[in-house]
Amino acid sequence: MKIGVCLKQVPATDSRIKINADANGIVQDEIKWEVNPYDEFALEAALQLKEQGKATEVILLTFGGAPAEARIKDGLARGADSAVRLDDPAFAGSDALGAARVLAAAAGKAEIGLVLCGKQAVDHDSSQLPAMMAELLGWPQVTDISSLTLEGETVTAERAAGGGNKFVMEASLPAVLSCDKGINTPRFASLKGIMMAKRKTIHVWGAADLGLDASTVGAAGAVVEELGMTLPPARPSGRIIDGETTQQKVDELVRLLREEAKVL
Amino acid sequence: MGTGILVFCEHENGDFKKTSFELLAKASELAGATGGEVSAVVIGDADGAVLGGYGAARVYTVSGDAFQQHNTGAWVRALAAAVAQASPAAVLAAASQAGRDLFPRLAARLSAGMITEVTDLGVEGGILVGDRPIYAGKAFVKCRARSEVGLFTVRPNSFPVPASTGGSAETVALEVASDGEDGRSRVTQVVESASTVVDLTEADRIVSGGRSLKGSDEFEAVIVPLAASISATPGASRAAVDAGYAPHSWQVGQTGKVVNPSLYIACGISGAIQHLAGMRTSKVIVAINKDPDAPIFQFATYGIVDDLFEICPALTEAFKTAMT
Repeated sequence: MKIGVCLKQVPATDSRIKINADANGIVQDEIKWEVNPYDEFALEAALQLKEQGKATEVILLTFGGAPAEARIKDGLARGADSAVRLDDPAFAGSDALGAARVLAAAAGKAEIGLVLCGKQAVDHDSSQLPAMMAELLGWPQVTDISSLTLEGETVTAERAAGGGNKFVMEASLPAVLSCDKGINTPRFASLKGIMMAKRKTIHVWGAADLGLDASTVGAAGAVVEELGMTLPPARPSGRIIDGETTQQKVDELVRLLREEAKVL
Repeated sequence: MGTGILVFCEHENGDFKKTSFELLAKASELAGATGGEVSAVVIGDADGAVLGGYGAARVYTVSGDAFQQHNTGAWVRALAAAVAQASPAAVLAAASQAGRDLFPRLAARLSAGMITEVTDLGVEGGILVGDRPIYAGKAFVKCRARSEVGLFTVRPNSFPVPASTGGSAETVALEVASDGEDGRSRVTQVVESASTVVDLTEADRIVSGGRSLKGSDEFEAVIVPLAASISATPGASRAAVDAGYAPHSWQVGQTGKVVNPSLYIACGISGAIQHLAGMRTSKVIVAINKDPDAPIFQFATYGIVDDLFEICPALTEAFKTAMT
């Protein structure tokens, strides 16, 4: 059974975000890019299943031009077997549904039996892609999982159920799973892994390779329209509470929360 | 293009969640501008008629054995059946565990545009538009759907919760067939949490601790009682979680929970950009930190520059007195 792992490149979480002059994107000059942290959990989960003898191959699936190969190489160095880079001018401007169409088609072409994703990408935070892929493939899904085991064709996973409760879920393969923090601790690439990555195959597929109608993906197929970005409203400057003693400070805080902020 | 707004109203054992009322009230404010009325869909056993008190004119109910417990396959079919009946311009759900799981799948089934976790909604030119945080709140983007129907999930606590007018809604029971395929992903067990606190993402008050707490025992001794004194949910910074002082499920920030409470108390948290991103929409922020230069003070409504081990126990006692 082959596992597909979806990887996305996002601004590092310590990046400051500035909006461009057209208010339709961010200023990219000073951004340091990294693999979406949740996707690292997905990759680690896939590698562990392969080490347990429950998968034959781990295939990375990612969008992007040639610069994307840096993060592909990193994933291959950690232990993935091959990669698919999805690159076509027709893919530009895809919304989540368009991206899901491309990735679902790629999973089909690569004969993948289990797709692992991060629960969301920490750039647009839309958390739509995994469930959309599952629907398009006609497969079951378990989203936001915090544990995972695979026995035969049955996945067992835990997910938050609201109210602090947890669901233990079972799903049958083929399936799409999305990973939350806490499921594992991602490994780093080893020196040997970095050397081996150089000999691994990176396929490049476009819309035609996937049998996709270009009007259903990219900007042409987008069903979500963005009307402009803004920075968050500045918070009014706060007040430092002075006092001679701990008790004075605490009493003043309680008074303000009660009488001024009215949140108690 | 449909008209009106359909709201997915969640409940727990028949008690509607606060977010259901929050969404219905906002939908009532906006539905007229979309040329229609507010309807609701309820899955499982609950008295849908009471939703009339919050603005729903009609409530579609789906019940039966297959719909009692969360099941992605069955529940998405139920939602799709309600959309087909109501033909709304937009469908709203809370950005809850259920909303996160169901709505993207529903969007793909309907080829509909979905806009995740909005914090504000409006109508422009008869079309619903949502403002949503991106980069974990470091920026916002305004979005609308180009499709026949637009799907929106809404971050809890984004809108006020009104009192019921006491009105009653017409209920319409929908027959949704069960499907053998639903068993392909199913809940086999519910592990009940030992604690009774509200989920971080839905909490109205949060008390979080940072690495300055120095250990998990200190979290138990300082943060947990302070939170309990005002019925708040305890949280933690990534630094504290990575150091093993608090569980992953407590983490607030860009790679943890994004929260939206009325009151957020940050104890010994410096305010790394990663953390600020997860809590900056909190209405009132209190920062308690020894370091007067900690970035958190730039975001705090009220700050106390002092040792949290001095302040927090005294604050716990003061809160207990204030809350009685």
